[in-house]
Amino acid sequence: MKSRKYAVLLSAAALAIAAIALRAQTPAPPQNQTEARPQIPASTAETPAPPAPNPPPTVGTNATIGATPAAVRQSGEDPAAVARGAEAYATAGCGSCHGATGKGTDIAPDLVRSPLVEDDTKGELIGAVLGQPHPKNGGTKPSLTDQQISDIATWLRVQVYGAAMRDTYQYLNIVVGDPQKGEALFNGSGKCNSCHSVTGDLAGIGSKYQPPQLQSLWISGGANARFGRGFGRGLLTGNGGMLADTSPPEITPSTITITVTLADGQKFTGVPVTYNDFYVAFRDMSGAYHSFDRRGGWPKVEVHNPLQPHWDLLKHLTDDEMHDVTAYLVTLK
Amino acid sequence: MKTRHIVLAVFLALAPIATLAQSAGVTESMLLNPPPDSWPTHHGDYSARRFSELKVINDTNVQYLSLDWESRVTGGIPADAPPGRGGLAGNVRVAGSPLLVNGMLYFTANDNAWAMDVRSGRIMWHWYRESTGNEPITSNKGMGMYGNWLYLITRDNYLVSIDATTGAQRWIVPVADPKQYYFSSMAPIIIKNHVIIGTGGDSLDLSGFLQARDPETGEIQWTHYNTPREGGPGIETWPNEYAAAHGGGGAWVQGAYDPELNLYYYGTANPNPVYAPQSRKGADLYTSSIIAINPDTGGMAWYYQASPHDTHDWDAACDTVLIDGTINGKARKLLAQASRNGFFFVLDRTNGKKIVAVPFVDTENWSKGLDARGEPIPDPAKEPSLGGSLAWPNAGSATNWPPPSFSPQTGLFYVGTGEGYAIFYLTDTDEHPEGYAGIESALGEGPGSIKALDYRTGKIVWRHDWPNGGSAVGLLSTAGNLVFCGNANNLVAFNARNGKILWHAGLLGSPNAPLTFMLDGRQHVLVFAGDTAYNFVLNTPALAATTRAAAKKPE
Repeated sequence: MKSRKYAVLLSAAALAIAAIALRAQTPAPPQNQTEARPQIPASTAETPAPPAPNPPPTVGTNATIGATPAAVRQSGEDPAAVARGAEAYATAGCGSCHGATGKGTDIAPDLVRSPLVEDDTKGELIGAVLGQPHPKNGGTKPSLTDQQISDIATWLRVQVYGAAMRDTYQYLNIVVGDPQKGEALFNGSGKCNSCHSVTGDLAGIGSKYQPPQLQSLWISGGANARFGRGFGRGLLTGNGGMLADTSPPEITPSTITITVTLADGQKFTGVPVTYNDFYVAFRDMSGAYHSFDRRGGWPKVEVHNPLQPHWDLLKHLTDDEMHDVTAYLVTLK
Repeated sequence: MKTRHIVLAVFLALAPIATLAQSAGVTESMLLNPPPDSWPTHHGDYSARRFSELKVINDTNVQYLSLDWESRVTGGIPADAPPGRGGLAGNVRVAGSPLLVNGMLYFTANDNAWAMDVRSGRIMWHWYRESTGNEPITSNKGMGMYGNWLYLITRDNYLVSIDATTGAQRWIVPVADPKQYYFSSMAPIIIKNHVIIGTGGDSLDLSGFLQARDPETGEIQWTHYNTPREGGPGIETWPNEYAAAHGGGGAWVQGAYDPELNLYYYGTANPNPVYAPQSRKGADLYTSSIIAINPDTGGMAWYYQASPHDTHDWDAACDTVLIDGTINGKARKLLAQASRNGFFFVLDRTNGKKIVAVPFVDTENWSKGLDARGEPIPDPAKEPSLGGSLAWPNAGSATNWPPPSFSPQTGLFYVGTGEGYAIFYLTDTDEHPEGYAGIESALGEGPGSIKALDYRTGKIVWRHDWPNGGSAVGLLSTAGNLVFCGNANNLVAFNARNGKILWHAGLLGSPNAPLTFMLDGRQHVLVFAGDTAYNFVLNTPALAATTRAAAKKPE
């Protein structure tokens, strides 16, 4: 109960400051500003009471997932300040109530989802809170230097950025399968060995790729494996894309090719450039470009997708089997 | 000289009347019964069928459909745009649906709005405002119109009202805080004197909501959060109020409206954190749901959850199409949705009871049948996991917000579908995961099709598999036994009954959902592709002769 009142106090303060911040950047609309920011309503609108010692939190303090190195990099914040902020946050004991990564516990609010933290640009709002008597300290001001407050604010902004921006997320250990079962599948019912060899095309593949990339690669058959797609590559060369490529196409084991049969029986084999209901365009094996209208039912177009077995495999592959094969491929150093 | 004066006097006397007639703009009766020369709301009418009774253009003459004009727009350029961005600055995509009122098209792209003379493609005005927030890239869906006022919601969550005649901004009001990564993209829907808008955001686990605003002042009339609060119905499907209040359920599609029942139907977005299930065990109502809302109060009449405990970012954010149909010989008020999770749903729209729930894609692999309410049961094994879970559809989904179409003439529901799949990983294993909390590794677009479903059963009556893949596309069906849609850069017309391709035109971009209307005695098909509008009319030999004859008539 007490802890909830404290949470109310903070969120009320956050709301007030945030409302001011929002008003400042808003083109003066005649309306209730607080409506602009959805909050947990009603039951939390109690009169703040003096804080009392908190019970130790039971959830959230052992949180381990926070902003990744990629988030620090992409956020544009000074990495040294972020590191100092992390240390100050830990040393000052903020994490014992707000959680090790700021995501909150059952006795103190989540700082990453805090509108006040999101509205803060350089510590002015977070500093204003930390410069006030803090209930956790029995109503005294936290003993933090201005520099530490600024660093904690920086660290918190990076936590927000890291939660919000999914391109900064990090895979955890995705190798959860059984390599022996994976090997059996590779050489058995999965029929991987009918096209691939662990001493040939896949030799050393476990050291070439990180496990998540490796799993994506073997499931899809490669970056170009967009089943039924993957066309349109290789028509234009460099030079600003102005020159048509007339060199013979490079055919790899995963290249999609087509056979085009004209009404008079003439046949071409090549690499598709565009293929739809209305026309087909391709480069033949010499590199020459051809296009045909196909609305009259001719020419006939046959697509050869060497990656089709991957697509067919996926329809009955279980997740355990996927993990097992990945675990096996990871061992191919 | 005298006659000229008289003409001028008559003209002056008539001018104010003409102006008044124009400034009447969109009326309630126009929205309830759109005249054939208009497209006054996002889907043309409230039913979201995107079906037109027009049949001047039909399956016998569509091969003569020809370009009347095309017109390209350029967006505003941010003040801090670096020089030397080449032709990219000002590039826009008109993704949503234009409105057509009194011969003027009104449409948007992110941060931009335009009026265009539909007879020529001439741009009448251009409104531009730089976005201020952290929101992700989205596609603005267009505007709503009430009287002579236009409404749009910016991606950084401001509701803007614009004078349709001049393009002048009347007012701008904040809806949600862009610094919290709220984002908005829906075309406001006007119902009576309510401007209905919505917003949400996945990045920081916000609470999505629908809201009604006063058309004159922008003041809030009601707010409907798509997740419950303490004491409210549905709270039992969340661990606690905190989880529900940070539980997502954004609002970014347009919905449909039944004036007889006075219910506004809506497909809500996914729960939050997006990919992590552990802090929101339960069904997570009313996320990924179809809900029925009283537009006067914001109160919810019923719900049907398309994806209980969604962990794949599917949402139920697709159009809800109103069908007045017949089931087992009885006339029924129905609602149909081809949902992003790969299921085709038909509900009784008076009470939300399920009538049909069947997959419309070939590859769906996440459900274990239906529960007692007729909702799909998610397979927990397909939740995002450490080692990755292979799931169909991917987050891009079996279909998406580009609108489907229903033709009462054929009884078929037309939808663009894809068979893409992904490996879903959990990356945040904490008790309180945040944001997406996982990674969707989308690996294949898969085959793509246009499918025509029997609304009574969900059975596929015909399908056209695109040779080079495809996914969700905007559609239009007409009483001329036609279905129009896009594939890659082509606008394609199908025979609505049998799926035979009858016509196509290669454009400079991927077409969005077309609209059609009668104007000056001719039926038009208008479509945007990228930044360019294309207006098509018939040039059949017979029509050309009629036009020549009309031109020769004495004054």
